[in-house]
Amino acid sequence: MNFNIYDFTDFVNSINVWLNTVFPPAAADIAGFVIIGICFLTFITLLGLSLVYIERKVCAFFQQRLGPMRVGFWGTAQTIADIIKLIFKEPLVSKGSDKFLFNLAAFIVIIAPFMAIAAVPFAKGLHVLDFDIGLFFITAVSSIGVTGILLAGWSSNNKYSLIGAMRSGAQIVSYELSVILSLLTIIILTGSLQLSVIVESQRDGWWIFKGNIPAVIAFFIFIIASTAESNRGPFDMAEAESELTAGFHTEYSGIKFAYFFLAEYINLFIIAAVGATVFFGGWMPLHIGNFEFFNNIMDFIPPIIWFFGKIAAIIFLIMWFKWTFPRLRIDQLLTLEWKYLLPINLVNLLLMALVALSGWHL
Amino acid sequence: MTEQELITNIETVPETQEYFINMGPQHPSTHGVLRLLLTLDGEIIKKIEPHLGYIHRSIEKMCEKDSYQQIVHLTDRMDYLSCHINNEAVCLCVEKGLQLEVPERVKVIRTIISELTRLSSHQLWWGVMGMDLGAITTFLYGFRDRELITDIFEETCGARLTMNYNVPGGVMFDIHPNFQKRTKDFITYFRKKLPEYDELLTGNVIFTERTKDIGYLSKDDAISFGVTGPSGRASGFACDVRKRFPYSAYDRVQFEEIVYTEGDCFARYKARIAEMWESMKIIEQLIDNIPEGEHKAKTKAVIKLPEGEYYQRVETARGELGVYIVSDNKKSPYRVKFRSPGFSNLSALDTMARGNKIADLVATMSTLDLVIPDIDR
Repeated sequence: MNFNIYDFTDFVNSINVWLNTVFPPAAADIAGFVIIGICFLTFITLLGLSLVYIERKVCAFFQQRLGPMRVGFWGTAQTIADIIKLIFKEPLVSKGSDKFLFNLAAFIVIIAPFMAIAAVPFAKGLHVLDFDIGLFFITAVSSIGVTGILLAGWSSNNKYSLIGAMRSGAQIVSYELSVILSLLTIIILTGSLQLSVIVESQRDGWWIFKGNIPAVIAFFIFIIASTAESNRGPFDMAEAESELTAGFHTEYSGIKFAYFFLAEYINLFIIAAVGATVFFGGWMPLHIGNFEFFNNIMDFIPPIIWFFGKIAAIIFLIMWFKWTFPRLRIDQLLTLEWKYLLPINLVNLLLMALVALSGWHL
Repeated sequence: MTEQELITNIETVPETQEYFINMGPQHPSTHGVLRLLLTLDGEIIKKIEPHLGYIHRSIEKMCEKDSYQQIVHLTDRMDYLSCHINNEAVCLCVEKGLQLEVPERVKVIRTIISELTRLSSHQLWWGVMGMDLGAITTFLYGFRDRELITDIFEETCGARLTMNYNVPGGVMFDIHPNFQKRTKDFITYFRKKLPEYDELLTGNVIFTERTKDIGYLSKDDAISFGVTGPSGRASGFACDVRKRFPYSAYDRVQFEEIVYTEGDCFARYKARIAEMWESMKIIEQLIDNIPEGEHKAKTKAVIKLPEGEYYQRVETARGELGVYIVSDNKKSPYRVKFRSPGFSNLSALDTMARGNKIADLVATMSTLDLVIPDIDR
C-alpha cells in the first residue's frame, strides 16, 4: 500500500485491489460500501461535533466572552456532553401530531446532506462519487432537505412550526435559483459539471481570480444565497427564535432535535465545500501563472489542508454574518431574491458568457 | 380613536382564512409573562389582544397595610429596570405630604442615580432590541457596559438591581467615597462606547429596513393612549416630566428634551439612543457639584401623612410614573394607585402593529420597551 498525502488515487485503488483479493467480486463491492459508509458516518459525526464547538467559540469571541470552558480543555468536550444529553433525553411526540410524518421528517432532513456530501472532492483521488453531473447532483439532493422541514412543520400540529415551515419553503425554493445561477456562471468557464474536472481546470489559478469581475459577483451572490438556503442567520426565517420560538423544530426533542441541528451544520459544510470547489479551486493549491518557485512551495502543502483551509475560511465568513447582522423580514427576504439577486444574477450570467466568448478571462 | 371604533375593536370575529395564535405567556420576545392573543391572516396581524394578570402581585393592595417606609421597597418590583426612579416617586410623594424639605445633597444624589438607572435601563433595552431582531451580539455588548453601572450601584447602595436606596426624607446611606470617581470613569468610557452601538445597529441596512415606517403611532394616538416616555416623544408628544414638572435637581441642569415626529420604530430607537447622551450630560453637570450636608432629613420613626390626596409624577426610563396616595392620617395609606408607563404604552400596541407582520410586532414591542411586572403590578 503506497500512501501518498498528495495523491490518494493509488491508495484508494490499492484498497480496492486488496478487497478484491480477499473477497469474491460481489462481496468486495459490498465491503467497499460498508467501509465508505463507516468512514462517512465517522466523518460527519466529527464534523458536526467540531462545527458546533467552533460556532460556539466564534460566536463567543464576537460577543466578548469565552464560550464553553468547563468540560475538557477549553470546553472541547462540551459538545460531546451535549450529544450524550440529547441521546438520553425522552423523544417527546406532541398530542395530535402526525406521528409517522413527525418521525420521518427528522430522517429526511439528515439524509439530504448525507447524500450530498458523497459527491464532495476532498483531495485528489479522495472522492466517492465522481460522475459527470456532480455539481447538479449536490444541488439537487441538498434541496431534498426542505421536504423534511415542511413535513416537520406540518406534522407538529403547532402553528409556530407551520409558519416557520411555510417561510422556509418559500425561502429555499426562491434562493435555490440564485445558488444554481451563480454556480452556472462559473460552469460557463469550466464547461463541465464534473467536480474533479472543475478542480482540475483551476490548476493555473482559481476561478475567482481568473474569471474577471463576473466571477467575483457570482461568488458574493453564491454566499448570500446559500446562507439563505441553509436557513442560517441573518436569513434564519424558519427558526426566528424571537418570533416563532424555534420555528419548525419547536416540538422536537432529544436525538431528533439533534438531527436537525446536525443537518444544519453539515449543510454549512457542503455550502463551504461547493463554494471552495467552484470558486477557490477545491483542493488545488494556489498557483500563479508562471511563478514556478512560488507554485512549488504551494504544492508542498497537502491538498487536503488546502481544501479544509478554504472551507474553514468560508465557514468563518458565514458565521461572521450570522453573529453580526439582524434578521430580515420574510417579505424583505423574498424582495431581495426576486427583485435584486435574481436579475443581477441573470445579467451576470450574460456578462460571463460575453467574457468567455471574448476571452477576457485568464 | 372614537368610542365606536374602540368597541368594534374589542369584538373578536374571525373571518375565513384567519387564525389565532397565542404569543406568550411563555415566549422569547414578550420578555416576561405577557400573553398576546393574535388574530392573523397568514403572517399579517389583524388584531392584538393583550391578556394581563400572569404576574399580578397586588402591590397596590399590599401598600394599604404597610408603613410608608415599607411601600418604597415594593415599588422596586414594579419596573425593576428603573427601580431607583420608582422608589424616588414614592419618596417624593410622601415628602410632599409631610411638606418635608429634603437636603440639597439628597436631591443631587437622587438625580445622579436616577440618570445612571436610566442609562442602564436603556443599555439593556438596546441589547434586547438587537436580540429581538436577531442580532444576538448586541445583547452581550449592552450587558458589558451595564455591568459597570451595576458595579457603581453595588458599591453605593449595596445591591445591583433592586437597590432600595431611597427612604422618605433622603437616601439610606451616604455615597461611597469612590462613587464620584467611578461615575466619571464610566462616563468617559461610555462616551467612547456609545458610537459603537451606532456602528453595530443604527447604521445597519437590515436594521433600518426592519424599523423604518414600522409600528407607526401618530401624535394624536400617542396622547389619547397616554403613551409617554421615549415612545411618546418619538411621536412628537413632548411629555418629559423632568422638563415639564421638574423634581429633585432637574430644574438646575441643562438638557434637551428629545422629540422626534416620525413616530415609527426607528424614531423610538433614536430617541432612546439620544436620551443616553442627554443622561450622560446631566450626570456630568452634577457629579462634581454634590453639595455637602446630610444624606437624610430627620423624619419620625412612624410616618403619618395628613389626611388628603397626594400625587407625584416622575420620568422613569419607560415614561411617566404617577404615584397617587390617599391618606386618612394613619400609619399606612388608605389607597395607593400607580400610574405605570408600561400599561399605557402597551395599550397602543394594537393600533401600532395592526396590518404589519409578526416580525414587525416583535420590533414594535421591543421599541415600546415593555417591562411586564410594571404592566401588571
